[in-house]
Amino acid sequence: MSDKPYVARSNMIAARVLGNETMVMSASDSTLFTLDEVATLIWESADGLTPLEEIVKNKVCTQYDVSPEVALKDAEVLVKQLAGHGLMLLSDRPVAQPSEFPKVNP
Amino acid sequence: MTGLSAAAQRSSVVVEIGGLPICLHCDNPVFIRLLMERYAGYIGDSKQTAFDFDIELAAPGTKFGDKDLTVTWNSGRWLMDRGDFHAEFNPTTAHGHITQTVNSYSLDSVLRIVHTLLLARKGGFLVHASSAIRHGRAFIFSGVSGAGKTTIARLAPPDAALLTDEISYVIPEDGGYFAVGTPFYGELARVGENLRAPIECVYLLAKGPENRIEPVVGTEGVRALLRNILFFARDPEFVKLAFEAAVDFAGRVPIRRLTFVPDARAWELIK
Repeated sequence: MSDKPYVARSNMIAARVLGNETMVMSASDSTLFTLDEVATLIWESADGLTPLEEIVKNKVCTQYDVSPEVALKDAEVLVKQLAGHGLMLLSDRPVAQPSEFPKVNP
Repeated sequence: MTGLSAAAQRSSVVVEIGGLPICLHCDNPVFIRLLMERYAGYIGDSKQTAFDFDIELAAPGTKFGDKDLTVTWNSGRWLMDRGDFHAEFNPTTAHGHITQTVNSYSLDSVLRIVHTLLLARKGGFLVHASSAIRHGRAFIFSGVSGAGKTTIARLAPPDAALLTDEISYVIPEDGGYFAVGTPFYGELARVGENLRAPIECVYLLAKGPENRIEPVVGTEGVRALLRNILFFARDPEFVKLAFEAAVDFAGRVPIRRLTFVPDARAWELIK
């Protein structure tokens, strides 16, 4: 994971924060995912410019009683799962995110 | 003038569901008559149509490719293909074409798809659910196959107007959501009444040993709704629109779980 420290939300999704959770739907196959509170924190911080390690350190560890090592390991598992479903992009360099959802029909 | 001769003189029929009049043209008057009978109660005024479809009838037994439905956006048109039909329509010109054999089942599917695609832009959707109006308010009963959609519709008391036992039509209007009647039916084989009313509540159906209503909390309601909303198109923008429509709806309309014994007493809880 250390070679791909940057994470970004895919633009091929629809997402909405509801309370402490986030619902994410894959736009390619309509699969629905629900992210819990911690996953939501990482999801919202995944701007493609901030390394995952920094997100964990500054967002997760400041709000939850967890060591940076354990939190990072959990976060790496999460982002790999999300990337596996096409919901998140992993990169070894900063990722430029499209500003809006691509328009494909009128 | 008999019904047959009246049908023979016209090559089109307007089917109006959810306030959207769609004109269907065909050279075969017998097929037009079949459609007039199939969509009785939803036949509109041919002078005011939102979309026009030309229907070309293929020889009996004609196959149109894969059995599974595909709905794709290509070069400004929606393309719809299934083993029993090929259809396409251009939302900009409001014109489309359907090729199928003589049956109303194929056209029924095309109409469901077209309404789903058009409703998504308005923040509405079609959902696997029965629905009924009682005391001026609409109730939606959603669930997967076997959950009891047709059963609860069949048990409806005489003062309830059944909108559908299969596919409910939800449309945002006047700052709220309305359920409107549809001719799309399931096991009940009965066309819904062409009425509309503000939606009071969505019940997620489950059959059980007793009648009870429980609140649905958190994201569970949205998840359940999304499982039952009709998603035909694997188009990214359509998926996003449908997702947002469902989430917005769930944020404004109560969603509850209705466990019921399949007898008429279940309706005593529905108020």
